[in-house]
Amino acid sequence: MVLDEALSDSPDRAASPIVFRLDTASGVPTYLQLVQQVEHALRLGYLKQGDRLPRVREVVADLAINPNTVLKAYRDLERKGLASGRPGQGTFIDGSLGQATLPELTGLRRSLHAWLQAADEAGLDEDGIVALITSTLRDFSERRDVNGCGEATRESRRQVGGVA
Amino acid sequence: MNVLQTDGLGRRYRTNWALRDCTLSIPEGHLVALVGPNGAGKSTLLNLVVGLTSPTAGGVTVLGGQPAGSRAALDGIAFVAQDMPLYRHYSVADMVHQTRNLNLSFDTAYARRRITELGIDGKRKAGKLSGGQQAQLALTLALARHPRLLVLDEPTARLDPLARHDFMATVMTAMADDGVSALLSSHMLAELERVADYLVLISHGRVRVDDTVDNLLDRHRLVAAPTTAPVPDGDWQIIEARTTPSQTHLLVRLASSQASLPPGCESRPVGIEELTLAYLRETPASRAPTLIGATQ
Repeated sequence: MVLDEALSDSPDRAASPIVFRLDTASGVPTYLQLVQQVEHALRLGYLKQGDRLPRVREVVADLAINPNTVLKAYRDLERKGLASGRPGQGTFIDGSLGQATLPELTGLRRSLHAWLQAADEAGLDEDGIVALITSTLRDFSERRDVNGCGEATRESRRQVGGVA
Repeated sequence: MNVLQTDGLGRRYRTNWALRDCTLSIPEGHLVALVGPNGAGKSTLLNLVVGLTSPTAGGVTVLGGQPAGSRAALDGIAFVAQDMPLYRHYSVADMVHQTRNLNLSFDTAYARRRITELGIDGKRKAGKLSGGQQAQLALTLALARHPRLLVLDEPTARLDPLARHDFMATVMTAMADDGVSALLSSHMLAELERVADYLVLISHGRVRVDDTVDNLLDRHRLVAAPTTAPVPDGDWQIIEARTTPSQTHLLVRLASSQASLPPGCESRPVGIEELTLAYLRETPASRAPTLIGATQ
């Protein structure tokens, strides 16, 4: 603990650029909320290579959550290749999200827009659209699971299930 | 090392069994939530763990095999009872002094630092502090002994949401700093979702759930199936069933994490609060196999 405090006082150990928050009503497991917030911040550029994530103790004191939950989230980020732990220093961002490129995203958005138009014309309201997308996405993920995909797929399904 | 091990533990008061056939083995490093309806035997179990009462049947050891109530056990355990045990007419400083004198090892510097951080005036009478401050003071005195197991009996029941948050933050920080394990009884299911990573559920004097939260979430599913095509028997046990004319909703416990559910059922993961409620609703009668038969 003494060592930790000494480190946090030194100038090169500035505060982490990300502050976690919790949505207790979302139904998404706490560790997954932390993981998603890091991923979200990475996608939007709030976090970049070499940034330090908050210390476990800081998160715990701030949110009053179990330290094992924070460790689980950080391990998950490490497993995904997004962060790496440096002994005695903390956990640092180490990677970026392998997302689709911008032109690909634009194309996908356009086709989704066309689909939404069709759904609207068919008389579906917003909730109906969300329900249809959620259940189709679940089926899709399940089918991928059957074809022998890894744990990441199962997690994304849990996340969808939690939100639904 | 197991912080708590019980084997067929039971406690009878006159003719009533407050706790029966309680067998648990809980590894260290967890925050263990002990839940159950009023009168389920939670406080009895906690009192047995800290050695305030002795078993009628079976045995209980703590901290890697020390008999509950023994010197070694008492040295490693700190207990905060439900009513926040403080001498109401003592000042905060006297409370610290007294606790130091009553214990073999006591970190006075830690206690004073925490009290300053909490903004509590050392000259105030303990009985004049707010509920949140009294709880924090009792917790600080317990943690200043640097226990390896912290036992809390419904610690946040009477606190406002902010005081509750701060109290749990102190417990969690002690876990992160000292690696202390904690066992706490509570009715605050929504809060447990955040803080607990191990769940023990006692109902009607018996243990119904005893596992890590991760395993529990992995092993339980909410299943919806058309009532006309009932869910067959399989590698699962039905904990709760709700039937409407068109759909049957089941909470099932899978025999293993690999167990597969029948095709045609929609299944989704379940949260710890929902899961706990289902077990709490269970009655001894509904635990009989008739329930599983009824859905066939």
